[in-house]
Amino acid sequence: MGKIIELKNVNKWFDKFQVLKDIDLEVAPQEKIVICGPSGSGKSTLIRCINRLEEHQEGNIIVDGTELSESTKNIEKIRAEVGMVFQQFNLFPHLSILDNCSLAPIWVKKLPKKQAEEIAMNNLKRVQIDDQALKFPGQLSGGQQQRAAIARALCMEPKIMLFDEPTSALDPEMIKEVLDVMVDLAKGGMTMIVVTHEMGFAKEVADYMIFMDEGKIVERAKTKDFFENPKSERTKLFLSQIL
Amino acid sequence: MNLIAKPSKENIKTYVPTGLFLVSLSLLDVFANAFFNLNLMEFLPSQLSYFLPLILGFIGFYLIRIEFSGVRYLDILNKNINSNNFNALLTLFTIFIIIKSIPPMLDWFILEANFVGNSKDDCTGDGACWVFIKVWFNRFMYGLYPDAEQWRINTAFLILFAIVGISFFASEKLKKYFILFLIFVFPFLGIKLISGGSFGLEYVESAAWGGLSLTFIISAFAILFCFPIGVILALGRRSSLPAIKYISIGFIELWRGVPLITVLFMSAVMFPMFLPDGTFIDKLIRVLIAITLFEAAYMAEVVRGGLQALPKGQYEAAKSLGMGYWRMNALIILPQALKLVIPGIANTLLALVKDTPLIFVVGLMELAGMIGLAKTNPKWLGMAMEGYVFAGLVFWVICYAMSRYSQNLEKKLSTER
Repeated sequence: MGKIIELKNVNKWFDKFQVLKDIDLEVAPQEKIVICGPSGSGKSTLIRCINRLEEHQEGNIIVDGTELSESTKNIEKIRAEVGMVFQQFNLFPHLSILDNCSLAPIWVKKLPKKQAEEIAMNNLKRVQIDDQALKFPGQLSGGQQQRAAIARALCMEPKIMLFDEPTSALDPEMIKEVLDVMVDLAKGGMTMIVVTHEMGFAKEVADYMIFMDEGKIVERAKTKDFFENPKSERTKLFLSQIL
Repeated sequence: MNLIAKPSKENIKTYVPTGLFLVSLSLLDVFANAFFNLNLMEFLPSQLSYFLPLILGFIGFYLIRIEFSGVRYLDILNKNINSNNFNALLTLFTIFIIIKSIPPMLDWFILEANFVGNSKDDCTGDGACWVFIKVWFNRFMYGLYPDAEQWRINTAFLILFAIVGISFFASEKLKKYFILFLIFVFPFLGIKLISGGSFGLEYVESAAWGGLSLTFIISAFAILFCFPIGVILALGRRSSLPAIKYISIGFIELWRGVPLITVLFMSAVMFPMFLPDGTFIDKLIRVLIAITLFEAAYMAEVVRGGLQALPKGQYEAAKSLGMGYWRMNALIILPQALKLVIPGIANTLLALVKDTPLIFVVGLMELAGMIGLAKTNPKWLGMAMEGYVFAGLVFWVICYAMSRYSQNLEKKLSTER
């Protein structure tokens, strides 16, 4: 199987502090990967490098056959193919949920308004908030907002979805509704990279688990092996604390 | 201290009527004094009669200050204007000043003022001479614009109001075209109509323009141009390209650091010296450019405040959806940032309108300038007060309307319901 995302020897610094150290990662189409690790370990930075919200200084990142570098002219095109869901939802508060979803298809993919709104409604139905389409983000609960944000990313019909701690800012009782949507998405065959601490979710959908600490990938293993038979001491310690 | 019981719910039946009576008595005394020149307390020694209203009112307010009296209006009154001794005093002073100042104001503005006549000699009363405004009204509105051609200014403004009026009731789709017409076509059409020189219209040089119509023309053009320039400067100042960034900073800091009056003077006197011989730019246009660039620098900083108030996540979300720089700013960032800074924008635009009188330094006379000119007319000496009160009222009406409009806009655009 071909690789849709390839990271080779990626290094990144914030000033003098090295946040990513020699990261190698390959993701095949339709694979689901869950990244976990203590805070400050570089998980978020790693996936933000994949759609170049952060720039890496060394190594190669190749997304869907295009290498990301300073001279990448069509970075917008790559970003349109990589959906991203943020911890803080980042919905556009001045637009209705429907407009949030249809804006990028209309202006970036140049779809006619009618078609874009149709796609938007379909995706809102998929995350089960089509009845909230005409409301503004401020009128929705956190869980609904995060589902709207997922729908917004899906409207661009991305090949890859990145999730940056999608449930960390939610009330406990809203976490499930968001995870359900993500499980549904995973079963639909989407390529997903998820940074999360929800180990139940990881066990259910992940093909591979990645454990990061201090900017390095400490362990990469099949989900079952990762939980039942972790190799490194650091992983064992982390799992014992979190499970 | 126990001479009289503290006001409380027990003695409410006696204290409240007594207190109210004392307060009314004190107000009545001041009222009679102010309006009818009577001194009801004449029988008292002069010092005491002078302070008596204050003392009576103070005691009265003390007596009715009953906490949780259960009487709704009394509670509201106590809470708002009578919460303690100091506030009671402030309340009394304020009421006294208002009562005292009404009669002389009334006298000056209306009762003793003169409305009919054609010259200064018709003003025989002690109050304002509104004849001055009446006689000069035409000049205050149109400046030195020829009387026979004034219909052109009227037509231009009538068209403007008509379009604005119609677009209020038009459907959303038509509204867009009306607004585009108002911004991109009408200003130049209107200027052509007023300046003339073609289509059989007589040419009227801009030096003859003036009065309130010039105030409007300058304000409208300056607002129209300073807004987009300001937005671009604000974006430029936050640009990641050093050249654009430092040019923007330099521009903003240069124009913000110089007084408007200097800028206007330079635009009128010094700027032509740098032009090659034979080229000529109309003085009004030079002044307009100067005011526009000056206010754009302020606008830029206001807009930048809005840009900085937006969370970084908004930029990231827009980028992650594949939007480039211009789409991100036009669709996501600016709509939110501008909404945030509507009060600041209104502030800047109000200041702009009120800065227009400064164009007198280059010899252009808008409303305040025309008044300044009229009051130095030998036949109308001593009319400064009437003139400037009139100018103040007109400017206040304009600015208040703008302020209300900005508040409405803020409410209409609010999505955090």
